[in-house]
Amino acid sequence: MNTNTQLLRFITAGSVDDGKSTLIGRLLHDSKSIFEDQFSAISKTSEKRGMGAVDLSLLTDGLQAEREQGITIDVAYRYFATPKRKFIIGDTPGHEQYTRNMVTAASTANLVVILVDARKGVLTQTKRHSYLASLLGVPHVVLAVNKMDMVDYSQSRFDEIVAEYKAFAAQLNLHDVHCIPLSALNGDMVVDRGDNLDWYQGPALLELLETIEIDRDVNTDDFRFPVQWVCRPQTEEYHDFRGFAGRIEAGEVSVGDEVTVLPSGRTSRVKEIVTYDGNLQTAFAPQSVTLTLEDEIDISRGDMLVKTSAHPPKVEKEFEAMLCWLSESPLDKGRKYLVKHTTRTAKCLFSRIDYRVDVNTLEQHAVEKLNMNDIARVALKIQQPLVFDSYEIDRATGSFIVIDEATNNTVAAGMIA
Amino acid sequence: MSKHTFTHLDALESESMHIMREVAAECKNPALLFSGGKDSIVMLRLAEKAFRPAKFPFPLVHIDTEHNFPEVIATRDKLAADLGERLIVRSLEDSIARGTIVIKDESKPRNPFQSVTLLETIAEFGFDACMGGARRDEEKARAKERIFSFRDEFGQWDPKNQRPELWDTYNTRVNNGENIRVFPISNWTEMDIWEYIGREKLHIPEIYFAHEREVIRRGGNVIPVSHLVQPKPGEKVEVVSVRFRTVGDMTCTAPVESTARTVDEIIAETATTRITERGATRMDDQTSEASMELRKKEGYF
Repeated sequence: MNTNTQLLRFITAGSVDDGKSTLIGRLLHDSKSIFEDQFSAISKTSEKRGMGAVDLSLLTDGLQAEREQGITIDVAYRYFATPKRKFIIGDTPGHEQYTRNMVTAASTANLVVILVDARKGVLTQTKRHSYLASLLGVPHVVLAVNKMDMVDYSQSRFDEIVAEYKAFAAQLNLHDVHCIPLSALNGDMVVDRGDNLDWYQGPALLELLETIEIDRDVNTDDFRFPVQWVCRPQTEEYHDFRGFAGRIEAGEVSVGDEVTVLPSGRTSRVKEIVTYDGNLQTAFAPQSVTLTLEDEIDISRGDMLVKTSAHPPKVEKEFEAMLCWLSESPLDKGRKYLVKHTTRTAKCLFSRIDYRVDVNTLEQHAVEKLNMNDIARVALKIQQPLVFDSYEIDRATGSFIVIDEATNNTVAAGMIA
Repeated sequence: MSKHTFTHLDALESESMHIMREVAAECKNPALLFSGGKDSIVMLRLAEKAFRPAKFPFPLVHIDTEHNFPEVIATRDKLAADLGERLIVRSLEDSIARGTIVIKDESKPRNPFQSVTLLETIAEFGFDACMGGARRDEEKARAKERIFSFRDEFGQWDPKNQRPELWDTYNTRVNNGENIRVFPISNWTEMDIWEYIGREKLHIPEIYFAHEREVIRRGGNVIPVSHLVQPKPGEKVEVVSVRFRTVGDMTCTAPVESTARTVDEIIAETATTRITERGATRMDDQTSEASMELRKKEGYF
């Protein structure tokens, strides 16, 4: 087995009617990632429910309530591998809590597969999925035009859908869009190319997933190192050791580099890059390492080490953000919440709700409060300065969650403008 | 291509280190559950990667069913001693003596009772976070569980009321008396674990490798003969070359027939196997389609 393979995280967006579960089932089945006992369990269930064929969608509904009601209530993660890559699929259900679930799954995804039914073309939900992918900064988008078998594998129908989609996608912040005609039911262009789509020259879905370039999905330019934990062994051997443990969220760092500690603004140089496997000369995102510095300066969890770069981070107590409200209790502008941003948690207030975005039409509406699944442009005031980038520059240092102190629940997700 | 190579194992390792450090930094009194099984041995290596040259900022805790394979317990003790880390062992026997667990049949699996002793141990030490080596690819209920999985005062998991988990920004906050279970290797698969054991040259109990063992065949499973499991009249004891894919309670952990004697051979077998890890080896998960989910709701890991 080749251990030199990369990890790709992707999500699928679409409803059961678009053949989403069938597509995932087809990917797993044709890449030989379904085990016999799983297959026999879903075969039995399909039979019990009086279904003619094996319902591959049963592979992804895990909980008792879901099996009883035939619904999917949450994000499920599935894993499969080919000799070229390892994959994590975030599978999100398509009902009314869709926004919350898709936002959650998209937050860590490299790629989103947006399904459309070739007979129906680009629908409102296609636009909604694409908007959410754009909002969450998912680096790659695949428009999977499914059920090509139902339109006689027509190239002109595919071209028509692609043209309409690209015209819409141009309004969004999507950088890398691929369109594939396929039939999940018959297996055309999913894993195998099949015999029905000879006019299509591009890669089949799995081939694209295996080869798409993901090295640049993390910001490789602007070094960002939020300090997670201060390592002070206090043993004889490491008497004076004071290391700053964390994950490099963007860019890279080498021994000798000048770094600035924010928010204090003090500078020093990197003395060592310590790892269990020995010291390194250079480390890069997303490695987890421990740094020691030449000078003794006061650094604790929540501080960030950065290098001078083209995009300096901001150190401020106020900023604007796009917010997705995730909680059943609506946003109360009169209350204080907690914001957790990288490794720092601080009290915050929502000073303004500028507008809510209708995810179906992209229209903006003035609102006084936010309900679950609402997406809005807001302004926040934080009790202490945060060190941040815009979400577009760096997903890790441009994102935050909002916690309700009364319940300790996570109530919102934010992307800094 | 970028100038750096960063493999899937590197990505998983870095993610797990990040999770463990969040626990160490944000939780007041965490613990790492360590059984001596392969997944928890991987967890120990990840903790070394996250915290060395310092000591672990938490103790190791094992909830011993007293139904474990002796080789696994020996490995547990040796690894903890070699690392110089504190190991707390609490036994189901303690709970039985207290009367909080009542055993009706000694030959039955004790997994259902493990949650009782776990909750008592959590209360004894006041742990607010317990890290465990469960993986999402193991079972359907796990596939939907968060990395930071919140438990109420009764240790219960409510699958319909989970906190949304976005990016790598984890909400670690709990009220008094509540706690969280944290699964740093959620995103690892059985194959990843074996590849990592090979890469890191980790010492694991011998029973993971193929060996000759006395077994009986019962209800489609191969069951190891032990002081807890004796052949019933009419059952034939065979000596078969087997290895264990998981090592839990001796009465319900079935080995698979295998001749794989090295990590590489196990990896090759894992790549071609057609049965899931728990499906092949855990009789307690075969009882109903929702058995793991029900045990989790009751406070099982």
